[in-house]
Amino acid sequence: MSDDEARTTAGAYSAEEVEAWRNQRLAKDYDRIAPRAKEFTTLSGNPIKDLYTAADVAGLNERDELGLPGEFPYTRGPHASMHRGRPWTIRQVAGFGQAEDTNGRYKYLLEHGETGLSTDFDLPTLLGYDSDHPIYGREVGKIGVAVDTVVDAHALFDGIPLEQVSTSLTINAPAGVLMAMYRVVGDERGIAGDRLTGTTQNDILKEYTSQNEFIFPPEASVELVVDTLEYAADTMPRFNPVSMSGYHVREAGATAAQEIGLTIAGALCYLELAVERGIDPDKIAPRVSFFWDVHNDFLEEVAKLRACRRLWARLMRDRLRCKDQRSWLMRAHCQTAGVSLTAQQPLNNIARTAVQALAAVLGGTQSLHTNSFDEAFAIPSEEAIKVAVRTQQIILEESGVANVVDPLGGSYYIESLTNDLEAEAMDLITRIDEMGGMVQAVTTGYANQLIADSAWEQQVKIESGTRTIVGVNDFVDDDYSVGGIELFKPDPGVLDRQLKRLAEVKRERHETAVKESLVAIEAAAPNLKTNLMPLIETAVRARATVGEICDVLRGQWGEHAPSTVF
Amino acid sequence: MDRRSRIKVVVAKPGLDGHDRGAKVVARALRDSGMEVVYTGIFQSPESIIRSVIQEDADVLGLSSLSGAHLEYAVEIADLLRENGADDVLFLVGGTIPDEDAEELRRVGVAGVFGPGTPTGDIVKFIEENVRADAGVSA
Repeated sequence: MSDDEARTTAGAYSAEEVEAWRNQRLAKDYDRIAPRAKEFTTLSGNPIKDLYTAADVAGLNERDELGLPGEFPYTRGPHASMHRGRPWTIRQVAGFGQAEDTNGRYKYLLEHGETGLSTDFDLPTLLGYDSDHPIYGREVGKIGVAVDTVVDAHALFDGIPLEQVSTSLTINAPAGVLMAMYRVVGDERGIAGDRLTGTTQNDILKEYTSQNEFIFPPEASVELVVDTLEYAADTMPRFNPVSMSGYHVREAGATAAQEIGLTIAGALCYLELAVERGIDPDKIAPRVSFFWDVHNDFLEEVAKLRACRRLWARLMRDRLRCKDQRSWLMRAHCQTAGVSLTAQQPLNNIARTAVQALAAVLGGTQSLHTNSFDEAFAIPSEEAIKVAVRTQQIILEESGVANVVDPLGGSYYIESLTNDLEAEAMDLITRIDEMGGMVQAVTTGYANQLIADSAWEQQVKIESGTRTIVGVNDFVDDDYSVGGIELFKPDPGVLDRQLKRLAEVKRERHETAVKESLVAIEAAAPNLKTNLMPLIETAVRARATVGEICDVLRGQWGEHAPSTVF
Repeated sequence: MDRRSRIKVVVAKPGLDGHDRGAKVVARALRDSGMEVVYTGIFQSPESIIRSVIQEDADVLGLSSLSGAHLEYAVEIADLLRENGADDVLFLVGGTIPDEDAEELRRVGVAGVFGPGTPTGDIVKFIEENVRADAGVSA
C-alpha cells in the first residue's frame, strides 16, 4: 500500500469506483435529462468535472498544504480566530469633488457602521497634475477627490481620528507624495508616525498592464516603490505602503490564475529589488498587503483566496528566505467585481454583489468593499452605498458564515480547485521569471497581451451566449430602473473652489523653501537607488504640489508611452 | 473584396481615463469583422485624436469614455471634425453615458452612443448602415 493510499480516509471511494459511477449511474441520469451545457467551466474557463471526491485530493497533506488557521501555509486563514475574533473591516472606497465633499461622505459612512476609510482620487491627482492644469482641469473632482497639496489632505481627514481609523489611499504613480502627505498630516496634528495605520495602493506594475494610471517608465517607478517600502518601515511601522492589486488585473480581463500570478510576480519584483539594495526582506515584507477582485464564480473565488495565501507563504519562506512569520502571511482586502455590474436591470447588482461578498468572507478576507448597485451609471449615491454596507452587515450578523473558521476547507472541490489555481499561477510566475521578471513582462507587452486575450475570450462567450449575464444576454427587458433613488450628480462648482484654494496655498507658502525642496529631488532622482522619500516629505511640508513634485521627476525620468495592444 | 473590409476606424481614449477594456474589445471585434482598426491608446488630446483621424483617412471615429468627461471631450472633438472638414466621419461614443448626456451628444453630431453591455455586433451593424457611402471605395 502506498503512502497516499494509507492516508485516505476509511471508506473512501477509489478513482475506479467513481469512474464506474460516472459511466453507469450518472450516465443513466444524463440519458433522461441531458446536462445543461456541453461543457461546464469556471468563469476563468477551466473545465469542471461533474463531481469531486476524496480521489481528487488523494495525497492532500493537511499539515503541509492546509495547516491550521494562523499557521503556515495559511491556506485556512492568516489569523487563528479569523472572523470569530475580529470581523473583516467594512471599507467602502469614496472620493469625489473637493476634499470637504469626500470628508462628508466619510462621516456618513462611519455613521452607518463602516469601520475603515478608503480614498479615490481624481484623475489629475492620480496622474500627477494639479487642478490648475490647462487641459486636465476639466477632470477635477469627477471620479475622485482632488488633492493638490497637504492642505487638501488636512481637509480630507478633518475630524477623522487617524490614530483609530485606518485609511486606504488608492494612489499609484504619485503614491510617495500622498504617503508623505499622510505622514505630514499626522505629524502636524500631533499624531506620532507609529500610531498611523493605513495603506497606499502603490502597486505601479499593474498600472502598466491594467489600470493605466502610470506616469514614469517602469524601471524608475519600481525603484520609487522600493523607496516607499523603506520609508514606511522607518517612519510609520504600522502603515501598509503597498497593496498588491490583482483587482485591476482581473477587471481588465485576466483569469483568476492570471490575477494571482501577475500580482505575486509584481510583489516579488519590488521585494527582490529591495533585497538588492541590502534591505532585509523581513523589515518590509510584513507590511505588504494584497487587494483581490471577487468575481461571479463563487467557488472559484473562495479557492483563489486560499490558493494565493498558500503560494505567497511558500514563496516568502522558501524563495525570499524570510524568517519572520509575519512576512509569510498574506493579509487581503477584497472588492466585489465592478466589471460584473450591469446597467440593465440595475437592482440585480445587489444580488450579484451579495454573492461575491459572501465568497470574499468565506475565502477569509480581512477587509471588504461591496460595490453599489448604481455604479454602472455614476459615483454611488448615499442610498445605494447604504445597501452595499448593509449587505456586509447581513453576512456578518445574520448569515452565520462568520461564526466558524474556513468552513469550506476540506471540500473536495474547493481543495482541488485551490491546488489547480496555485499551480497555474505558479506556472505563470515561472514564465515571467524566465523573461526576466515583471518589468520585462510589461515592457515587452507580454502581460498586456495576455490580459487582452483573456478579455476577448470572455466577450466572445458572452456574445455567443455560452456565458449568461442575466438582464444582458438572457432574461432581457428594457428595465433600467434604479428603484427610485437619485443618482449622484457632480457639483459643477468644484473646479472653481479648488482653483481658489490652490491659488491661496501658493500665495501663502514660502516660495524659496518650495524651490529648494524641488531642486533637491531633481538632484537626487537620477540615481534610482537613492531613497527620494525624505526629500519628497520635505517638499510636501513646504506645500509643494503633487504636480510640481511629479513634474520634477518627469523631467528626470521621462514618461511611459501608453500601450496600443488590443 | 467586401466593402466592410476597407472601412477604416480610429478607436480613441481621450484625456486621463484609463479604463480601456471596452475600447480594446470593441477594436478587436471591428477588426475581426473585417474593418481596419487603429487604437490610439490612452491619454489622447482632442487634437491628437483629430490628427489620427485625418492621417489615417478614417471613416469612423469611436471615442471611449468612462470618466464622466465624455461631454466636454466629445463637443470639442465634434467642433474639430467640422473645422477640419471631416464632419462626414461617423462619430461614435461608448462608455458610461447617462441618457440625458446621450441626447446632448447626438445634438452635437455624435451619430451613435453605446452604453455598457452593448453587443459588439450591434456596433458593427450600426457602422455598416451609417458610414459614409464612399467608405472603403476610394481608399
